[in-house]
Amino acid sequence: MTITTQENVNIKPDTKGGQNNKEGKKAKHVFEVSDLNLWYGSKQALYEVNMKVPENQVTAIIGPSGCGKSTYLKTLNRMVEMVPSVKTSGSIKYKGKEIFSESFGVEDLRTKVGMVFQKPNPFPKSIYDNVAYGPRIHGIKKKAQLDQIVEKSLRGAAIWDEVKDRLNEKAFGLSGGQQQRICIARALAIEPDVILMDEPTSALDPISTAKVEELVQELKKEYSIIIVTHNMQQAARISDKTAFFLNGDMIEFTDTDELFSNPSDKRTEDYITGRFG
Amino acid sequence: MQLINHQNIQKRSGGRVLLNKVFKVLFFLSTTVGLIFLSMLLYRVLTQGTGHLNWDFITNFPAPYPDKAGIFAGLIGSLMLMAIVAPITIIIGVGTAIYLEEYARKNRFTNFIQANIQNLAGVPSIVFGLLGLTFFVYLFQMGYTLIAGGLTMSLLVLPVIVVAAQEALRAVPNDVKEASYGMGASKWQTVLRVVLPAALPGILTGTILSLSRAIGETAPLIIVGAATAIYSIPDSLLSKYTVMPIQIYNWTGRPQEEWQLVAAAGIIVLLTVLLLMNAIAVWIRNKFQNRY
Repeated sequence: MTITTQENVNIKPDTKGGQNNKEGKKAKHVFEVSDLNLWYGSKQALYEVNMKVPENQVTAIIGPSGCGKSTYLKTLNRMVEMVPSVKTSGSIKYKGKEIFSESFGVEDLRTKVGMVFQKPNPFPKSIYDNVAYGPRIHGIKKKAQLDQIVEKSLRGAAIWDEVKDRLNEKAFGLSGGQQQRICIARALAIEPDVILMDEPTSALDPISTAKVEELVQELKKEYSIIIVTHNMQQAARISDKTAFFLNGDMIEFTDTDELFSNPSDKRTEDYITGRFG
Repeated sequence: MQLINHQNIQKRSGGRVLLNKVFKVLFFLSTTVGLIFLSMLLYRVLTQGTGHLNWDFITNFPAPYPDKAGIFAGLIGSLMLMAIVAPITIIIGVGTAIYLEEYARKNRFTNFIQANIQNLAGVPSIVFGLLGLTFFVYLFQMGYTLIAGGLTMSLLVLPVIVVAAQEALRAVPNDVKEASYGMGASKWQTVLRVVLPAALPGILTGTILSLSRAIGETAPLIIVGAATAIYSIPDSLLSKYTVMPIQIYNWTGRPQEEWQLVAAAGIIVLLTVLLLMNAIAVWIRNKFQNRY
């Protein structure tokens, strides 16, 4: 599994012919992205991206500002379509199901593929109500069940001990790092399969960052995580695989150790050695 | 090489500071112009009106003698009119705003609607009066009734409320909406649970302020046939009615000096109701607004 990237994904035609949605492929990959193009109006932001995102691993996406890494991440749960002028072509299969197809509603997709944003964005509600928001919109009303979900999610996000005595206080009263972990707990509460993280530590101080990174390591036992980061050390520390994006192209996608020690593309090497970006 | 000559900057700095002071004075004067006229108005009204202002004035119907006349019919008429206008405009206005802000695609058609709503908000109220006369009074044969007046007034207030509600909805930060959508919430769930609670103070303040403008409107109601002197309060939607501004207008039009004092007392009652409504708006804003 060391040779990957473009050569690797070009072997993909066999998945197209092979009715892969029937076989399920024992779900080794959560996402199979093929020939993804994306435009904002007339400006193309992603070019022919091909990627297979492995299950129960941390996949990091790195690249300089404006390279399309956030756009790509938001395409995976179709949040990118909140921008009215967005057009896409190509295919993204989530566990064998085409996410752009009519039959796969965005609400269903986003229930399976949760998201943590760059800036902590708790609702102006209590800590409890923040975490219970997801379960509630999906119809869970029983207090006892909600209590359990909230506790499990807050424990999962490693913040239970800090907030257990003030669940009814507003989430805004917490520090930025705590707020971000509340947002992670909120994402965990609907028990997704995948968690997308869009530079989740860029607004946090080093100690909070360390806590979130530690948490990511813990979470990958149960979830597949895709994390966009502009911090290469972070990618190297926490991810199993890393993709390097540049100007809307995916230049290289391979094991993190490989990418940082022995990049196969000159541009990757220039970026990770700090020659630009 | 130095591109900036600091000595020149030093020389000019006195002038800049002076100019700043001049503008400060100018802006202060423009503020005082408003204040002066407001206090003159209040002074005149209060000195003339307080003599007539007593409990009888509030509870009496109009009468041919100044010291028997009261504003009860107008006060109740105005409040009942607002009781019709408020629910109609809030439901339709907020609904329109939610559709335009959250659901509608931004295309030429919605831009066209948007521009028209903003224009409607600036249309003179008498035009709405004529519209109400044609539609409600004649076409729907409601006659000169409370409901015809209420519906006409609703048309007048509606565009203002739509615009105010849209502004309030737009002020809800995008990132909390994203958080909701990101968990698989539908648009309606997001609107109901995230957007509306956050926008509510803004929507309510905008609504109350436009209602308090409507409570002072006279022209459209004269056209749709609000009565000038009436000796009962409306007991159904199809009753005759009058409102405070029309009552006051009627008193001011009379030649005898004494009626002017009665009118002034009426103005005090009207202003009190207005101030109460504005106070409620401020209270709501302060109570709910420190959310973000």
